[in-house]
Formats: sequence, C-alpha cells, structure tokens
Amino acid sequence: MIEIEALTKDYLELTVVDRVSLTVADGEIAVIVGTSGSGKTTLLRMINRLIEPTSGTVKIDGQDTRAVPAFELRRRIGYAIQGHGLFPHRTVGQNIATVPTLLGWDKAKIAARVDELLELFQLPAAEFRDRMPSELSGGQQQRVGVARALAAEPKLLLMDEPFGALDPIIRAKAQSDLLAIQKRFGTTIVLVTHDMEEAIHLGSRIAVMDRGKLLQYAPPDEIIARPATPFVAELIGTGERPFRLLSLGKVRDLVEPGPAQGEPISADASLRDAYAECLWTGREMLPVVDADGASIGRIRRDDIAHKAERPQ
Amino acid sequence: MTDISVSHSRRVPFTVDKLGVLIAALAAVAAFLPFAAFRANRIVLGEAKGLFAALPGWEAAVLAIVLAAGIGIALFRTPTLWRLATSLVVLALLFVAIGHAGSFLTPPGDKIARVSPGAGFWLLIFAFALLAADAIARLKLKPWTRIGVLAAVALFFAVLLGSGTLNDLSILREYANRGDTFWREAQTHLALALGSLAAATVAGIPIGILCHRSDAWRAPVLNVLNAIQTIPSIALFGLLIAPLAWVAANIPGASAVGISGIGAAPAMVALFAYSLLPVVANTVVGLDGVPPAANDAAKGMGMTDWQRLTTVEFPLAFPVILTGIRIVLVQNIGLATIAALIGGGGFGVFVFQGVGQTAMDLVLLGAVPTVALAFAAAVVLDATVEMVSPKDTRRD
Ligand SMILES: Nc1ncnc2c1ncn2[C@@H]1O[C@H](COP(=O)(O)OP(=O)(O)OP(=O)(O)O)[C@@H](O)[C@H]1O
Ligand SMILES: [Mg+2]
Repeated sequence: MIEIEALTKDYLELTVVDRVSLTVADGEIAVIVGTSGSGKTTLLRMINRLIEPTSGTVKIDGQDTRAVPAFELRRRIGYAIQGHGLFPHRTVGQNIATVPTLLGWDKAKIAARVDELLELFQLPAAEFRDRMPSELSGGQQQRVGVARALAAEPKLLLMDEPFGALDPIIRAKAQSDLLAIQKRFGTTIVLVTHDMEEAIHLGSRIAVMDRGKLLQYAPPDEIIARPATPFVAELIGTGERPFRLLSLGKVRDLVEPGPAQGEPISADASLRDAYAECLWTGREMLPVVDADGASIGRIRRDDIAHKAERPQ
Repeated sequence: MTDISVSHSRRVPFTVDKLGVLIAALAAVAAFLPFAAFRANRIVLGEAKGLFAALPGWEAAVLAIVLAAGIGIALFRTPTLWRLATSLVVLALLFVAIGHAGSFLTPPGDKIARVSPGAGFWLLIFAFALLAADAIARLKLKPWTRIGVLAAVALFFAVLLGSGTLNDLSILREYANRGDTFWREAQTHLALALGSLAAATVAGIPIGILCHRSDAWRAPVLNVLNAIQTIPSIALFGLLIAPLAWVAANIPGASAVGISGIGAAPAMVALFAYSLLPVVANTVVGLDGVPPAANDAAKGMGMTDWQRLTTVEFPLAFPVILTGIRIVLVQNIGLATIAALIGGGGFGVFVFQGVGQTAMDLVLLGAVPTVALAFAAAVVLDATVEMVSPKDTRRD
C-alpha cells in the first residue's frame, strides 16, 4: 500500500505538485492523468525519491520512504519510463538482470528469471537474450523496459508513459500484457499517462491532475459519471462519455439466454465493441461465445445503450 | 533498360579516377625531379641524379615500367583491391630501389660520400602512399585487418633494414655512427610521450568527471586548460624552467628524484599540461553524450552514484575518451621532439643537432622515426576506438 500525504514540490516560486494526498491499495492500478506540465512525472518520481519532496510524506507499507537510503528503496520499486531507457551497451538479458544483479542474486537464479520474463513478454529467450537493444523494434524495446522493471519481483511498479511511443495496435497489446502480468503477480502499479482512453482501460483508480493539484481521485466509472470539476469533464471529453462508460463493461455482464443471428462476439469483449458491432452490422442482438468458442447466449443492443446512460 | 546498362558497363574500364589524376600528375612531376642526391661528404651541396643515373640501367628500366603500370592502374577506375596491391608493390620497390641507388652511387670503400633520397623519390612515395590510403579507406577494412596491414608494413621495413639493403643511404650512415645513442633517445622519447599520456589519463579522467557533474567547476577548468593549449610549445617548455629550478633548489629531496629546471622533468610537465585538455574535454563530452534516459533508468533502478558511473556512464563514454587519448598520444609523440631543446632527450636531439650542423641526414634520423611512431599510434588507436565503439547495426 502507498500512502501519499500532502506531498508538495516547489521549484523556487513555482509549486509544481501542490499538497497531493492519495492512497493506492495493494494490487491496484492507479493511473495519473493530466495535461502536459501538470506535475504527473514529478509526483511519480517523488515516490521513489528520484525527486526529493519539498514537504509531505510518502509511506510504502506503512514505512516512510525516507527511512531507508534512496538506492535501497529504489531496488524494491520497479521503474519503467517512456523511451525505455535501456542501456545501449548491454544485451537484452543483461539489461533485464540489472536489479537482480544489484541485489546480489546468484547467477542461475538471474538467468532463469531473465528467460521467464522474456517468454512472458513473448520474446523467445533464445532469440532475444543476447541481442543489443538497438537490434530490437521500438515495441520490443518497450517490452524489455517493462520486463526489466519487473525483474526483481517488485511489489510496486512505477511507470511513466510506458506506452507513449507505441502505435495503437502494439499499444493495446502491451496494455493487455501488463494487465495479465499485474493479475498474475498482484503488483501494485502507479502509471502516468495523458491518454484518457488508456487511463480508463488500465486504472482501478484514476487521479486527475491540473497545475500541480489533484482534482479528483476515483474509480473510472465515477470519474466519467461524476467529474469533480469542469476540467475533469473536459479531459474525459463530454461527447465521449457514454462510450467511455461502455468501454468499462464486458459483454459477459449483459448476456441473456436465447439465440441470435450472425457473427458471434466474445464474452470478454467490451460493451463498446459489442455496441459498435451492432451498429455496423445493423443487428438488434449478437450471439455471445466464451473463450472456447462455445455459445453462451446473446446480447441486446438496447441493453447496451441503456448501460451508456449516466449512472444515478 | 538492358541496353543502357550494357553500354554503361562498357564505358566503365575507360572511366578516369579523380584521385588517379592527381596521383598521375604527381608522378609526372616526380619524373623531372632527382631520384637521389649524391654528396661527396655530409655537408656539401648535393649533386642531383635522375632515375637512370641513380640505378643500373636494367633496374631503372624495370622500375620505370612498373611505375608506368602503377600510374595506369591509379588513373583508371580499377578494382580497389588491385589498387591497394599495386600501391604496396610500388612502394616496396621504391624503397628497395633507393637502397640500391645508395650502393650504386657510392664509390666502393668510400665512407664519407652520402647518397640521400631526392625530391622525386619522396614525391613518388607520397603519390603511391596516397593511393594506398585511399584504397584502404574505400575497402572499409575491419580494425584488426588495419592493424594487420600496419604490422605487415612494419615487418617489411624490419626485414629491409635488417638485410642491409638500405645501409648505403645517408640516414643509415648517420645511424651507424650513433647506434647506441639512437636507441637510448628512442627510449627517452617513448617514455616522455607515454609517461605524460599515462599521467594525463590518470589525472584527466577524474577532472573530466568532476567537470561533468559540477557546473561550477566546468567553465573555469576548461578555460584554464584551453589557455594552456594556446601557449606555444617552446614557450611552455621555457616557462617551466624557472619554477622547476626553484623547486629543485629549495625543496629537499626534489632534485634527488630527478626534478630540475632543465631535462626530462620540465618536458614531462609541459607534455602533461598539453595532454590534459583533450583528455578532460573528451571525458566531459563523452559523459554528456550518455542518453539521459539510460541515466534516469540507472538511478531509478537503485544504482548508487558509483555504480552508475562505472557500469553505465563510463562504458558509454569510453569510446569518446579513447578518442581523446588518441589525440594526446599522436600529439605527444610529435611534441616530445621539442624536449631536446631543454635537455630532455628524445628524437629531437638528432633533429636539433642536425639543424645546428646543417646536416639534413641527421635531422631525418630524428624526424623519420617520430613520424613513423605517430602514424603507427594513430592507426592502432583508431582501430581500438572502432572496436570499443557500439556496433553500427544499420545494414546496407
Ligand atoms: N527541475 C525543474 N526545475 C524547474 N521546474 C521544473 C523542473 N522539473 C519540472 N519542472 C516544471 O514542473 C512542472 C511539472 O513537470 P512534470 O514533468 O511533472 O509534468 P508532467 O505532468 O509529467 O508533464 P508531461 O505530460 O509533459 O510529461 C512543469 O511546468 C515543469 O516545467
Ligand atoms: Mg511527464
């Protein structure tokens, strides 16, 4: 658990993070969104003390982060940044092994961990372990960057626009990889982005920042339904609100028994995708299948539309 | 389309190479210049000898034919490997020929007469060395291959000198008179150049790191080093005489460890002072060039400052630092010549004695090894820099 209490950062006269307080529970993904220059990166970097706060406290599992030397603190916290920051003179394997090596793990354990992570990110270890970072595509570099951040099995992972430079398809893939891995290890994640779509897709809670202040910190549905200020509403995009709500729900939630015509949709697809499919193919309802392809019922267009209404 | 390419490829053998034109022009000029010079003794004016006067007839004819063929290959667009082979063969023959000219022109038993290479010989060497350098550059040889070529050239000269072929040339006559001194001064020369380099590396890298980390130090330190660099070398050597003489006279034990106003100590200090700027500046530039994201990631993953310096910053900056060391080594091999002026020894001893006695042969005895050393150092260090630099992964 991370408890941030009245955290403030001043640069001379300028307050770039202004008395921000928020708590991230174990296993949650907290996403910080806001316009450029709103203080997201500064807030994130104060958690692992890459930036020393002017005032306020950060506690991780009840312990003040200032109680241990900064380098020790950082070895326990995964850190992934935009542009990956891979060491260009070290192989992919050596990059991933950075923190385990600093922690003095034995060689066999490090090698096993490197291979496990590479496979987890769908980079066959035999092929990628000994490559140099410059021999990877941008998307592969990004994945290695995240794998490196996870190498020492940190309970907490900080990510600053980790998917910023990726094209939409690779980005979606990287996001779902991250969700799968987060589920598997129960990692607590604080992630910075300025993409609202990404925030809603990944976040269990979203923190909206503007000019150093935390405007709202709430689960995505609440942010969409009840934006605390006009700025938050604007950030979500008023015209996008119903669709953002739909993207939070799964087809599974609205399945009813009965037949339907045409191409089926997966129970794990978002309601937004299902609604788009209804509109595009002019159907009132869609057959629903589970992961194995077995039919489990149908979903109605009207039910989906109803879900897009503002919650009361 | 095929027609065009056929007619095009037909024209290729007759295409003139731009550098080849220059080489041919140089060789043509060389033909009108003396190949060797004969002097009855060491300091009288020389008597110019053309190619056919300097060598036995058939040898001169063979050399002329080989030269003509070499110029032809240089002049037209020919495969690069041919050009390299041609240039090396011509250069080797030229050196053998000048040795033979020495024996041919010197009357039997005459120990005073001097035969030295003439302007024509040097110009031919220059022209074909140009061809060799161009071919080597075009072949994009791997670092190890370049070092191999250098070793082969060194071996060739070792054999040539060992065989006595060149013994009748004036420069080797000078050597024969001073064999012991030559090797002693060679040692001194290397000790001056390498010792000052080692000291500058040991001191310069930490100073560079300090300048990189602290803006307060950066400007003043680099300005002072820049200023030192602009002092003319003779002046700097001279400037050190007084303070070092004072140290030797006033600090107990200083003169016992070899410090004095003249000799090797001020030479070493001056070379060290000149060496600092390239080492410090390249260390700063190298460290500045480390990607900020890599540095940020290193900090973020919990490296201490020392770990970050040794495992991320320094390895990434190393090729640039080594480039600085290369500059220093080549520069110091040349500058160490001036040490002789203040009694510091080295190859400069021959150069300045030669100038004093107006004996060009003696000047060459100091200058030729200096140039050869500087050249070899440049080749070896360039290759090393390339080897430690990150591989260029672009495939073309
Ligand atoms: N070292 C510094 N000195 C002075 N001002 C700074 C410093 N670092 C950041 N700032 C300022 O603090 C503000 C917040 O910066 P921060 O990097 O946290 O923004 P951000 O929300 O991450 O923006 P972006 O989305 O563009 O990354 C900016 O106005 C920036 O100019
Ligand atoms: Mg930022």
